[in-house]
This record gives sequence, structure tokens and C-alpha cells, in this order.
Amino acid sequence: MAVATDPLLSVKDIVVDFKTRYGIARVLDHVTLDVNSGEILGIVGESGCGKSMTALSIMGLVPDPPGKVTSGSIKIGGMELVGMQLDSLRQIRGKDIGMIFQEPMTSLNPVFTVGEQIAESVRLHENASPKAAMDRAVEMLKAVDIPEAERRARAYPHQLSGGMRQRVMIAMALACRPKVLIADEPTTALDATVQAQIFDLLQDLQEETGTAIILITHDMGAIAELADAVAVMYAGRVVEKGTVDAVLSAPQHPYTKGLITCVPHLEPDPPVERHELMEIPGVVPALTELGKGCAFAPRCGEATEKCSVEEPQLLATGDKHLTACWVAQQERAQ
Amino acid sequence: MTDATPSTKSRASGALTVEDLKVHFGGSRTLFAKGAALVHAVDGVSFSVPAGKTFGVVGESGSGKTTTALAIMRLVPITHGRVILGDTAISDLEKEELRAARRRFQIIFQDPYSSLDPRKRAGAVVREPLDLMQIGKPAERDGMVAELFGQVGLRPEQRALFPHQFSGGQRQRIGLARALSTRPDLIVCDEPVSALDVAIQAQILNLMAKLQRELGLTYLFISHDLGVVQHICDQIAVMYLGQIVEQADRISLFTNPRHPYTKALLAAVPTVHGNKRDRRSRMRLKGDPPSPINLPPGCRFASRCPMAEARCREASPPLEDRGGGHRVSCFLV
Ligand SMILES: Nc1ncnc2c1ncn2[C@@H]1O[C@H](COP(=O)(O)OP(=O)(O)OP(=O)(O)O)[C@@H](O)[C@H]1O
Ligand SMILES: Nc1ncnc2c1ncn2[C@@H]1O[C@H](COP(=O)(O)OP(=O)(O)OP(=O)(O)O)[C@@H](O)[C@H]1O
Ligand code: SF4
Ligand code: SF4
Ligand SMILES: [Mg+2]
Ligand SMILES: [Mg+2]
Repeated sequence: MAVATDPLLSVKDIVVDFKTRYGIARVLDHVTLDVNSGEILGIVGESGCGKSMTALSIMGLVPDPPGKVTSGSIKIGGMELVGMQLDSLRQIRGKDIGMIFQEPMTSLNPVFTVGEQIAESVRLHENASPKAAMDRAVEMLKAVDIPEAERRARAYPHQLSGGMRQRVMIAMALACRPKVLIADEPTTALDATVQAQIFDLLQDLQEETGTAIILITHDMGAIAELADAVAVMYAGRVVEKGTVDAVLSAPQHPYTKGLITCVPHLEPDPPVERHELMEIPGVVPALTELGKGCAFAPRCGEATEKCSVEEPQLLATGDKHLTACWVAQQERAQ
Repeated sequence: MTDATPSTKSRASGALTVEDLKVHFGGSRTLFAKGAALVHAVDGVSFSVPAGKTFGVVGESGSGKTTTALAIMRLVPITHGRVILGDTAISDLEKEELRAARRRFQIIFQDPYSSLDPRKRAGAVVREPLDLMQIGKPAERDGMVAELFGQVGLRPEQRALFPHQFSGGQRQRIGLARALSTRPDLIVCDEPVSALDVAIQAQILNLMAKLQRELGLTYLFISHDLGVVQHICDQIAVMYLGQIVEQADRISLFTNPRHPYTKALLAAVPTVHGNKRDRRSRMRLKGDPPSPINLPPGCRFASRCPMAEARCREASPPLEDRGGGHRVSCFLV
């Protein structure tokens, strides 16, 4: 297995604030993540916890205003991206980091053929002739298993099925052979059978080209089957992270435990007797109304007095396993 | 022919029976310039749901799940077939009779955001069906609404708030309270928890199960989430291109799936029990489903079926009981 080297992508203590009507919302609060080459890092959490914003901050696409990266560092191959000039950033985007956005239709242009769009992104980053760029586009469409790639390259987005559009998105993100691919919920709105095809494609890619992938999802099953490492986010913070085996088989943060147990998982051999589902009570807090303690405290069954006054830091609670929870940390200390 | 179905089924009040339901869109009356593009959205669907049980419908996007639900609700025109609730053939009712019968079947939708009128207070939303169908005396209706709020886990004073002042899960509770207000026998649920976060989803699923126990409700439950379906449904039908390809009770379907599409569907779902290594060994389908406009002859799954033979492309396999009510439509099983 890999020896310890510098991670390919290193996100350190990123803070993103948004000005809102109700005050400042700290949308990302000291988010720290590492991605090694050839690795799939999963990011999970409920809606609004900051998954997409983490991706946008890596891409340098946090909408400013109203948002702002107020501190922290993002390095790819040792190069600092925070504060970088827009021109240089544009070069990095696409060339070093590719992204598949949550809404495929909003990121495909309806008036150009999909071949033209992929070729355009090649030409933006490489000094390729129009012909060479189009050849690359067709080659990419083949690589993502689109049948009759030459013909499909001349199709407009609306002429393709949802699954094919998502493949086009992946082809476009990969056209310049980025080192890191960020896939933000790449399969929502797709059928289970088509989702499985897309996941296979991502897995092939990672195995064959060593591309590092950040897979954003709310599906713990997808994490279990695809990712090597996972970060669980809650209210703009990473509350637990580690290898998938460690986090899924022995979750330590009460929120992670809840996320795993409140979902009815598909069983190959379901029990005849049905039980009530575990619930996480309450709802995600408004980011403008967070208290000073643990953000999960109002919903946490294990909370102690300390939890609502002091915020737990993300600390080691096991081998390659970190948890931001007082109780988990105390258990580790004993 | 209200009692044409075997007597065991039709007696229980609230039981839903759907017989050879077809819903075709377009065709001769089409607005499309090119004329006869007939969409076979639902194409010969039959099933029955015992009172007090939950019947699940799963299947590929565009397979006709929502259209089936809307036809049962009499919200799209039925091209062919019958829908019977208890001892009433609701597919035969018109105008006043239909309006009066509507209190017996209600629907909740996927999107709690768009299905509520933003200008109406939550209490008014829930009260509306009571006024429309003249249930209870006007003076009693406020009390009834308060009680419904309690039943779905909302506080009575929240009646005065507007939909945007509620979270997604709370809005789905309002939808449930509204559906329950007429004391229906049947609630049709079209992806009722898909738009909700998993934590909130669990709260709503538990609430639906509790209401069913307490009120004897019958649910028709449409979802693409097989884990949810396995948890909440008693019987499950798997649809593909407008038809049921397999139907069984929840234990038989999940422990012994028989149709190649069902097998592929179950194999496609990633689960927390899985891992990177064994996902590779699973069966995969290629391609997308064909369009319901130009249906190929023979088995509708043949273009994607790993087991397809020549005869599959010539004749359609009938949906037959293979024992114990496990129905499958495939020549090879
Ligand atoms: N323009 C904005 N102004 C204020 N707050 C914003 C803005 N855009 C996003 N946010 C907030 O940032 C937080 C994180 O949003 P983000 O899109 O990263 O969530 P997510 O985890 O990707 O959720 P989902 O699962 O729904 O995609 C949310 O609480 C959201 O309300
Ligand atoms: N009003 C309509 N006019 C024409 N075609 C329609 C109409 N409503 C639905 N359809 C078509 O009927 C088929 C079945 O659609 P339906 O919405 O019932 O599918 P579904 O199984 O609910 O799919 P999903 O999982 O995406 O919700 C689809 O091909 C759809 O495009
Ligand atoms: S720190 Fe306290 S409130 Fe937060 S998750 Fe741990 S036990 Fe719960
Ligand atoms: S009838 Fe033939 S094509 Fe259809 S599901 Fe069975 S084996 Fe496959
Ligand atoms: Mg997002
Ligand atoms: Mg639908």
C-alpha cells in the first residue's frame, strides 16, 4: 500500500462566512481534509451541512459576495489556491481539478453539442487544434462508455437520457486529465441501475488512472461501496473522519451513529418482524443561531453539560480515525 | 360487476383493487404536430391491496408509477380498466358521486414545498378538505384540525403559521394531516420521503406506520428507495415500462427475486453492508430503458436483459403466479 507522502490535495482549516439577513452564517467552520492520489474520499451529511460549499471552496467558486473564504489553506500538489489570481485559478480548474456539479442540466449549455462543449474545455487548457480537441472529446465519450460516441458527440444535451448526460459531465470533467475529480451527488435523479453504472465508471477511473475522487453524497451505502476514506459533516464542520472501514463499522460520533441507524438499509434477508426506525430528533440548526458548544448538542442523546458550553475539536479517537465529540474522546482516553 | 373479483378480496372495506389499468397519453387527440405519438404510460396493471396494508410500487423512472397513482386518484383519464375501493368502482364514478367519494382516498406528494399553497396558513390547508366535503359541523372543524395537528406531531398553535415557516419534514406532516382529515380508507403516497433528509425521513416513516396501526389505513406507497420499501411495505410490485414484471410479499421479493430486472435492481443498490471488493462481482444492466412511445414487440425488458433469447423478442411473457402469490412475467423463470 501507499507510503506516507504529502497528500495530493490538502484542505486546512477553511472558514467560509456568508452575509445573510439574519447575520453572519459560518457555512464552513475550520474544515480540514486530505485526499491522496488514487483515493476516493466520501463526504456525507444532511442537506445544508456544507458538502457542496466545501467543493466550491476547493474550486475557488464560493460566490463572493455574499460569501467569503475568511481563512485557511487549500493546496494541490503543494500549490496554494486560496488568494490565487483568477487567471491562474481558471487554469487549475479543469486541468488539475475537475468537477461534476450537482445539477447536470445547469452546467451543460443547451445550444452547443456535447462534443463541442467537451472540446471547448480541452482547448481552454491545452493548445489543441479544433480537430484534436474534438478527437479528444470523442475519445472521452468512449471512455465513459457512451455507445456510438462519434454520433453522440453531435447531440445536444436535451437529446440524451439522464444517465448519458451525467456521463457527458464526467467526460467533460475528465477531458484534461485532472488529478482530482470532485463529484457532487453525481447520481441523484438517476435510476438505481444507471447509478450503479456511473459508480462503476468512477471506480474504474480511480483504479486505472489513479485520479483522486471526492465523492459527495448523502448515501452511506455509496460510501461503503466506493470510498476509501470518509468525512461526516454537520453544520459546516467535519465531525468525524477516518477510513471507511473504521467509521462505518465503529462510528464514534453520535451524529454518525444516528445517520447509519436511522436509514432502513436494504437487507438481502429481511427480518419478518419490523422494528421502529431509530430517529435523530429535531432538525439541523440554523447556521446563524449556533451556540458556542457542540452544534449537535440540541439533538444529541449523549450530551453532557460541557457539550453546550465548549466546542469539541476534531481529535484522534482511533487508528486513522478522528472525532469531534467530548464523549467519544473521553472514552478513548480511558 | 362489483363482486367479480374473488369474494375474499372484495369484502374487506378499504381494500383497493386495480384491474387491467391502462393510461395512454397522446395518440389521436394529440397536440403534437406529427400526430400519433402514443405514450403507453400504464399498460395493463392489475393488483389488489388488502385493507390496512401497505402496497409498494418500485421501478425505473418513467415506468408509470406516478401515472398509476394519479389514475387511481382519478386525476388523469383512465384509458381502460377499473379501480375499485372497498365495494365502489371509483373508475366508474362521475361528477357529484366522484366528488363525494373523494373523501375516501387521498394523496400525498413527494415535494412538501410545492404541494402546499404558500398563502394559506397551515390550519386552513388542513381544514380545506373538511369544508369542501362538509365533514363535521363548521363549528367543530377547528377542533378537528387541532386534533389532526396533534396526531401528526405538530403543535395546535402552529395552525396559524404559513408553510414557509415550517421545515421540510414539518411540511410533510401538514400534508399527512390534510390527507387524514377526511378519514380516508386509502392514502396514495408518491415518493413521500424522497425529498427529506434521512433523519427526518425516519421520523415520517415511523409516523406513517403508527397512523396505519391506529387508524387502519391502507397505503399505496411509491418509492425508488428499496430500503424504505422493504421496511414499510407488505406487498411490492416492480414496474418496468408501464407493466408489473414481478410482485410478491416483502419477504419473498427480497429473499427470492426472480425477474431479471428485479435482480438487477436489487444488485444495483449500494448498502452499508457492502464494500469495494464485492461490488465488482454484481450483475449490471447496460443501457437505458427504451421509450414508452415506440415499444418493441415481445418482452419490454429484452433490450437490456442479460438472459434474453430469440423468443423474448417475439411474444410478451404473461404475469403469472409462481406459487404463494409471487407473480413473475418472464419466459425463463
Ligand atoms: N448564497 C448563500 N447565502 C447564504 N447561505 C448560503 C448561500 N449558499 C449556501 N448557503 C448555505 O450554506 C450552507 C451549506 O450549503 P451547501 O450547499 O454546501 O450544503 P450541502 O451539504 O451541499 O447540501 P445538499 O445536500 O442540500 O446539497 C447551507 O446552510 C446553505 O443554506
Ligand atoms: N401528461 C402526460 N403526457 C404525456 N406523457 C406523460 C404524461 N405524464 C407522464 N407521461 C409519460 O408517461 C410515462 C410514465 O411516467 P410516470 O410519471 O408515471 O413515471 P414514474 O414511474 O412515476 O417515473 P419517476 O420515477 O421518474 O417518477 C413516462 O414516459 C412519462 O414521460
Ligand atoms: S460533544 Fe456532546 S453534544 Fe456533541 S456529539 Fe459529543 S456527546 Fe453529543
Ligand atoms: S422474458 Fe426474456 S427478455 Fe424478458 S425478462 Fe425474461 S429472459 Fe429477459
Ligand atoms: Mg450540495
Ligand atoms: Mg413518479
